[in-house]
Amino acid sequence: MTFTEQLITIGLCVLGTYLTRALPFMIFSEKRATPKYIRYLGDALPSAIFAMLVVYCLKDVSIVEGNHGLPEFLSIVLIIVLHLRWRQMLISISGGTVCYMLLLRLVFNS
Amino acid sequence: MSDRKKILSALRAAFPFTVPIMTGFCFLGLAYGIYMNVLGFGVLYPTLMAALIFGGSLEFVAATMLLAPFAPIQTFAVAVMIQARHLFYGLAMLEKYKGLGLKRQYLIFGLCDETFAINCSTRVPSGIDRGWFYFWVTLLNQSYWVTSAMLGGLLGEVLTFNTEGLGFVMTAMFVVIWLEQFLTEGRHVTSLIGFAASMACLIAFGSDSFLIPSMVLILIVLTAFRLRIER
Repeated sequence: MTFTEQLITIGLCVLGTYLTRALPFMIFSEKRATPKYIRYLGDALPSAIFAMLVVYCLKDVSIVEGNHGLPEFLSIVLIIVLHLRWRQMLISISGGTVCYMLLLRLVFNS
Repeated sequence: MSDRKKILSALRAAFPFTVPIMTGFCFLGLAYGIYMNVLGFGVLYPTLMAALIFGGSLEFVAATMLLAPFAPIQTFAVAVMIQARHLFYGLAMLEKYKGLGLKRQYLIFGLCDETFAINCSTRVPSGIDRGWFYFWVTLLNQSYWVTSAMLGGLLGEVLTFNTEGLGFVMTAMFVVIWLEQFLTEGRHVTSLIGFAASMACLIAFGSDSFLIPSMVLILIVLTAFRLRIER
């Protein structure tokens, strides 16, 4: 690949990303009222998206092989417990991450 | 309140929300820079790609595309498919990003997963300017990503460190944001639809290609049951 071709390749990645981010804003201009159906979607989508993103983060965890997803499962349980107890994002996130790293090193270090 | 004060107080309010992202991006960005370095790209590549594409997963894929024969149409198609989930973020942020003037253009450009997660789920503290709050979250996140990609590219293989499992910080963050959403929302059915649809598609389509089918399925279910969900 020549240098120009590299620039085009990177440029197309930039363009593709920008388009997916900007398209909704281009279609539904901020000057006009957003259609009711789209506002409904904007309201109903976030919790569905966050659920989808959690699945996305865990997509490569295998239940049948390796650690059977146990370190992930246990750490997520801890995150939920910590968060229900304190409702402090940083405590829940760091607690869960440290737990996961310790589990990998001390318990599941095969 | 003077402009300067307004901007600085928004920065102070925004920073704590971005700390988990800083941790995760330092790790992932370094990994990306090192990866590019190992593939033989100079430091400018990961730095500029991090700044301009600003979308983690595609940047890794783009690296392999740079090493393959030139295929512009395929490159563009892959980019759009990998990034398609951003279409949902835009729909969800339409109202929140209204009336923010020039800042809005940058907010749209920088709407990555993590920035979306914070700006969508956080109630901007009272007395803080909404536009500047969103702006700082976006800019801080982007600066973490670009800086760590650059460092990774500079230091390359010099770095040897045992950070196995640190990437879990991102999973932890999405779990917490989802849980927070779940605890505050009036109805839980949309969360459950998100889980059920993406799990079903993950099983049916496999981990490499389940995102787009999941999005379509979520849209169909949300549309079909709109009257029931809205009630």
